[in-house]
Amino acid sequence: MPRWSRFNIISVVLGFAFLYLPILLLVIFSFNESRLVTVWAGFSTKWYVALFQNQGLIDAAWVTIRVALLTATFATVLGTLAALALVRYSRFRGRLLFSGMVYAPLVMPEVITGLSLLLLFVAVGLDRGFWTVTLAHITFAMCFVAVVVQSRLLSFDQSVEEAALDLGATPLRTFFEVTLPIIAPAVLSGWMLAFTLSLDDLVIASFTTGPGATTLPMKIYSQVRLGVTPEINAACTILIGFVAIGVLIASIVTKQRELQRQRDEHQAARGMS
Amino acid sequence: MTKLGNAIFRRLVIIIPYAWLLFFFLIPFLIVFRIALSTTAIAQPPYVPVFSLSDGISGIWANLQQLSFDNFIWLTEDTLYLNAYLSSLKIAAISTFLTLLIAYPLAYGMAQAPRSWRPTLLMLVILPFWTSFLIRVYAWIAILKPEGLLNQFLLSIGLIDDPLIILNTNWAIYIGIVYSYLPFMVLPIYSALEKMDHSLIEAAQDLGCPPITAFWKVTFPLSLAGVVAGCMLVFIPAVGEFVIPDLLGGSQTLMIGKTLWNEFNANRDWPVSAAVATILLLILVVPIVFFQNFQAKAEEKGK
Repeated sequence: MPRWSRFNIISVVLGFAFLYLPILLLVIFSFNESRLVTVWAGFSTKWYVALFQNQGLIDAAWVTIRVALLTATFATVLGTLAALALVRYSRFRGRLLFSGMVYAPLVMPEVITGLSLLLLFVAVGLDRGFWTVTLAHITFAMCFVAVVVQSRLLSFDQSVEEAALDLGATPLRTFFEVTLPIIAPAVLSGWMLAFTLSLDDLVIASFTTGPGATTLPMKIYSQVRLGVTPEINAACTILIGFVAIGVLIASIVTKQRELQRQRDEHQAARGMS
Repeated sequence: MTKLGNAIFRRLVIIIPYAWLLFFFLIPFLIVFRIALSTTAIAQPPYVPVFSLSDGISGIWANLQQLSFDNFIWLTEDTLYLNAYLSSLKIAAISTFLTLLIAYPLAYGMAQAPRSWRPTLLMLVILPFWTSFLIRVYAWIAILKPEGLLNQFLLSIGLIDDPLIILNTNWAIYIGIVYSYLPFMVLPIYSALEKMDHSLIEAAQDLGCPPITAFWKVTFPLSLAGVVAGCMLVFIPAVGEFVIPDLLGGSQTLMIGKTLWNEFNANRDWPVSAAVATILLLILVVPIVFFQNFQAKAEEKGK
């Protein structure tokens, strides 16, 4: 039986302190009265008020959310298909190239991905803007979705699928009625991952964007270059809040599903004996 | 009927993502290579001649044939780029090592934790990954500034007399990379350690092996797969990192991601940025292929 020694506890506590302290400080100082981000001068929400009067930031936020919604949806479809191709139909010509193209974007430096996509858009004569950013985001996000869904596909019992096929269900019906419900949590977390990846991206968006399509990270980046301001802290806090709520809901849903599954299994076991 | 449907479904599942990645991932690289090749032909600062890129690849090709090769400028600029590549590799290597130093004890502690705590601890590691990368880097500016929170704290407890200069040095970049990429290192190591059979350690200790030796002879080799995967996930993107050196590093910091960005955005020299990207890709091909093989093997094992 493993023992949780004092050394283990200290390293875990320090590790988490390192991970969370900077974000916590950022949130705290977004409520700072003073313009100086590093000197506490009392509680205030004025930076949030200022934020909602900043039309440039709000416009950028809308662009970003629209790009992220489209990206997440298309990347989830493409990524799920890619995962199916890798796991279920694993023997086809050019599979090595295919799996290479799925894994490479995971580690590819963003400057390379961004530049190469830009040169593609220029070469085919596509006007740069909202749609080019979306296409670029779909491309790198789908690979992350593929990896998430793939790990779920690998871990579940394939005989259920085979049973459905043997009983005469078409592959399409088998996919929608058997496979998809089983991999749904992974597909959902793939969607969320794609959404946040798109929401977050600065480098690829900067390369592939055009006039009129400034995303929130680009806006934040250009302001951060001018110096740290409580207004940006406030914007960041709101973003963190959204993510925290999303993750909380997702984890509650997963937990309940898990409990439900355990209950079902219990009942099934009882029924059998 | 079912057979035909099966075949069509199967074909579509493969073809759609395949075609997408071919068009949006592979072909762009070919274009980058072509434009990088044309550097030697057309790169004449201060202005990049009109490339007639709108004509598509054939247009570039026509241009390329018309112009004579002249890579003199590229060669004179070479030392700057060479230094940027070398310093990127150095910074990425040091950061990866530091990340490993912090991530391993954390992952080990998590794997030793009571079983019921583990999912929560795991979620706590993943959670920062969901918050914006830019925000996480930005948060460190306020901490590391000379008048920042870290210096205020250290001064107030009397540990130092003068503020430490960390921001705009390489140390700030190391901190930024370690912080941003820590989850990527923790997760594979944790999953390797969690799967480990603890009776092996007990056996080693029963046979008189001291705990430290047991760790180096049994635990660490068994977690090596996770360590390698984690190092790849940190090292490869860190080499081309742009945001961290740009926001936390100093003006004297040379990193190739930043050089490429400047070449492209400030100098608007597309052929040179394409060439910089090509060489960066060539440098990273070995670790990337290694990473892919590793992933493929892990996938095989999963089956």
